[in-house]
Amino acid sequence: MATTAIPANAAATFPAMGARRLLIFGGIALIAAGMLFGDIFAVFILHQNGGETGAALLAATQAVAAQDPSGVKEAFARIGNLMEDRGTKVDAHVHMIDAGYLALLLALIQPYVALSVSAKKGLAKVFLTGGVLLPVGIFLIHYVGLAYSPFPVIGWASILADSAGALLIVALIAEGWGFWNYLRGNRANPMEPELPADRGWERRTLLAGGTVLVLAGFLHGAIYAGVNLYEHEARETRILGAMLDAAAINQTGATAQLVNDYGMLQAEKAVNIAAHSHVIEFGLLAILLSFVQPYVFLQEKWKRRWVRVLLLGSVLLPLFVLLELKLGLIAGGIADLGGLMVIVALVGMLVGVLRYSGKLDAETENAS
Amino acid sequence: MNRARKLLVFGGIGLAAVGMLYGLHYSVFVEHQTLDQMGGSLATAFVSAAGRHMPEAHDAVNTYGAVKYDYVRQVDVHSHWIGLAMLMIVLGIVFDSVAFGERTRLWIALALLVGSAVFPLGVILQTASYGATFASALAITGSALVIVGLGAVAVGFMRQTV
Repeated sequence: MATTAIPANAAATFPAMGARRLLIFGGIALIAAGMLFGDIFAVFILHQNGGETGAALLAATQAVAAQDPSGVKEAFARIGNLMEDRGTKVDAHVHMIDAGYLALLLALIQPYVALSVSAKKGLAKVFLTGGVLLPVGIFLIHYVGLAYSPFPVIGWASILADSAGALLIVALIAEGWGFWNYLRGNRANPMEPELPADRGWERRTLLAGGTVLVLAGFLHGAIYAGVNLYEHEARETRILGAMLDAAAINQTGATAQLVNDYGMLQAEKAVNIAAHSHVIEFGLLAILLSFVQPYVFLQEKWKRRWVRVLLLGSVLLPLFVLLELKLGLIAGGIADLGGLMVIVALVGMLVGVLRYSGKLDAETENAS
Repeated sequence: MNRARKLLVFGGIGLAAVGMLYGLHYSVFVEHQTLDQMGGSLATAFVSAAGRHMPEAHDAVNTYGAVKYDYVRQVDVHSHWIGLAMLMIVLGIVFDSVAFGERTRLWIALALLVGSAVFPLGVILQTASYGATFASALAITGSALVIVGLGAVAVGFMRQTV
């Protein structure tokens, strides 16, 4: 059974197929899809890719030992390929989520965009099209390469990604133009109402919880920069130098150990950066989702449940990513579970917004 | 829109523009050369070691370390300016929910904005002079301002009334 705790003026801010509704649906869907992709990537690709990169680095040191420069170049080409594979997947994940964040942010500022209703709806569609195609294009870069491309260095997947990026830029510039019109005193007709004022438990918890998450991420980043960053940088060059020395005198065991140390250092850096960025992004997500709460048409206890699940998942994922080096696969599994909790909470909230839309549209239809 | 909200929203937009312009300049004029230099120096180190030219190999490793030191900070500055700007804009939209008096809210907004501008500036100055005290002090002061500001915002959100 659904709650009746929807603010009375919420309906006016959420017209059928209006820009705000499109951006809220699209934004949440993009974030959930981007996170699901990230979870799949973390489970099935990330660690395997790291292992293969380590093997390629070991092959490079073996080529050094064998005094084989062409073998070194082959190993580095392999490392470059693996880094492209990993990098494009991370980028697809990040860009899809960031496009979702921007969609939610644009949904918030719609009252301050002085453009016609049809123009705003068109811009929302353009933005969401770009937001979907950009990560798809980035993901395909590694697989499509330069096949059938008319250009010497840019493949079709890059063209797709760049075109999608251009769509996003066009939509953002047009929204900026609408905002500029608003600042100059122009008003859209009809003017979209501001979001309903709400200081309910869900909103306050998401706002405070989100800010605490951002604060935790910032503190962690500050500690990392102060305590670990310089040491990690110094250790990296020290390990690389020692690795070359050991390879040059054919100390196979020592070389393998140094390659392993190098891999561990990269993992140490990666978990710190991933924990820092994920906790801040989840904090921002919680703050953005606080604005959507008036449109979540669910029983009070379910609304609160999804808020708790989202915040708990937002703590679990970065915390256990950090603990991955100490606890191994168990921590990795719990971190993935945290990510899944955030996805489930997002989908739960999306269902609430869909229910609200359905109710609103049915009421509008009955009234007419 | 009150002064604290204006400060955060317009300051955030300005900071995002600075961060994007900086990133655009870096990616067009510097980044590709830097990445080439980074990958090239690492490959050179291994190829030199394969040829048993060890001094050259170590020089190349040191070059790799120096270039990477610079690259990491340049990218960090760009992403932190834009990330903090986005946070300022979002907080600006909802800043009336921070349950403090108008004057306190203005000080919090000021701390957040100054910290968000100064902290990455300190980081970028570290590339001009390795480990410079002034640059580190600027980065620490900026991040401390953001931390204090965010702490105050979290408390303000948790409070029910002003």
